[in-house]
Amino acid sequence: MTPVEAALAGAHRREWARVLAATVRVARDLDLAEECVQDAYASAMTAWGTSGVPDNPAAWLTTAAKRRAIDAIRRDAALRSRLPLLVVEQEEDEAREDPEDHGMGQLSQAVPDERLRLIFLCCHPALGQDAQVALTLRLVCGLPVPDIARAFLVTEPTMAARITRAKKKIATTRIPYRIPSPGELPERLRGVLAVIHLLFTTGHTAPSGGSLVRTDLVERSMHLARMLCELMPDDTEARGLLALLIVTDARRATRAGADGRLLRLKDQDRSRWDRSALAGAEAMIVGCLRAGPPGRYVLQAAIASLYADAPAYEETDWPQIVALYDKLLEVWPSPVVALNRAVPLAMVAGPETALAEVERLEGDPRLSGYQYLPAIKADLLSRLGRTSAAAEAYRRAFALAANEAERAFLAEQLAIAE
Amino acid sequence: MAQYAILIYAHDSAHGPDQVPEEVEPCDQHADELTRGGSLVMAYALTPRDMATSIRADAITDGPFIESKEIVAGFYVIEAPDLDAAIAIARTNPVVRDGGGVEIRPVAGGGFVDRGEPGTRAGG
Repeated sequence: MTPVEAALAGAHRREWARVLAATVRVARDLDLAEECVQDAYASAMTAWGTSGVPDNPAAWLTTAAKRRAIDAIRRDAALRSRLPLLVVEQEEDEAREDPEDHGMGQLSQAVPDERLRLIFLCCHPALGQDAQVALTLRLVCGLPVPDIARAFLVTEPTMAARITRAKKKIATTRIPYRIPSPGELPERLRGVLAVIHLLFTTGHTAPSGGSLVRTDLVERSMHLARMLCELMPDDTEARGLLALLIVTDARRATRAGADGRLLRLKDQDRSRWDRSALAGAEAMIVGCLRAGPPGRYVLQAAIASLYADAPAYEETDWPQIVALYDKLLEVWPSPVVALNRAVPLAMVAGPETALAEVERLEGDPRLSGYQYLPAIKADLLSRLGRTSAAAEAYRRAFALAANEAERAFLAEQLAIAE
Repeated sequence: MAQYAILIYAHDSAHGPDQVPEEVEPCDQHADELTRGGSLVMAYALTPRDMATSIRADAITDGPFIESKEIVAGFYVIEAPDLDAAIAIARTNPVVRDGGGVEIRPVAGGGFVDRGEPGTRAGG
């Protein structure tokens, strides 16, 4: 890779969202903006090769992309007058932002950070979550459509159609390019955090397919979580989500053995966990807990961090974990949370109590296809020595699991139980 | 500004032939609110599901077109700058807190037909 290619690749990874977000505002059309940004990156290859990499690549790219957008708008004025354009809030500093008024490279101060608008646009609740996820990867992360299709195990035309449909809905229904008002913000932010979390979990435990971790999705989601924290530094839930992702990812190396098989938390080699990442996340969590009543992600992060904190599985602070789960259930009364609480509960109150809790949850229709319920039940049953019931539960978990590493693990447990 | 149609979904419409004023009062109040706020373009309340007649191919049947828990109990058109503003208006409909809900659909076109008679045109 030449230095220019390396600079461009870096600028693509780090600056895509910033450049696109600013261009969208001028273009008022997502497809046009994308096209202009892609052209700008392509032209940078030649320009930077001749005159060197600019001090502020994002500003250079933004100026180039906005110029192209303005040219296209002039050229296709008649066509555009028939198109539904993106609803963009008028701002006082609009005039100052006109790229025609600036020389190349002196733009950095004048370009307000538009990335939040772009994120909230992609994660608008009027779009289905599938579409929110796809749009976020395409527009905020700059991931090419074939890569997104691969990550979600759908064909490229299917993914392209999904993205096109979402863009059409944005334009036709006039979803505005705007940061939600303070009244709407908590609800809208929950949607954004859910998308980032879903991206991470999809990458972390690929719901089906061979490899347990789809590294690219994990990295993209952590990049998004960092971006959100940078853009909303006072929000503890955004910080809580980032901490949760860091803690979970710090154990990535030990989730599967050398042969690719899934390892339980208690069987993982704790010496291989990324301790400095864990310490950083813990400091963030402590800060969040001090800032006020914790929300869902801060509590989830605190639980994950407490699990990771113990020098050995047996030395985990189980009562404290159960207490955190109780708090979590208050802010997020989900049957999945109640199910996960059964695991530390077994350590505090014994497997019998935990099993009763799991059996109570079996009646919840929301958990009916949830593979982890029979898996947890099977583990509790085998600890109680009820091997045939345990084998039965492992078989049910196996039938529901789609990830191959998880299936291998369950098959192995089933063999032991039988 | 754009126009959005809001379809009201409820178990049934309160606007029956034997309606009691108390039952339709929340709807009327809400319509008054929207009128005062300047966003309401037009509004229709529909009669209950028992009054519906459906036609599919050449079969005429008694009842709503789609057999379901909720039916369209009424609809109205509002004017709003964008979808967020339309959502903010639509979610204040009392039906949202009363077991039903609303559907927001951007209006593609249409309006009243000018039949040259007084009183049939939409607010001038």
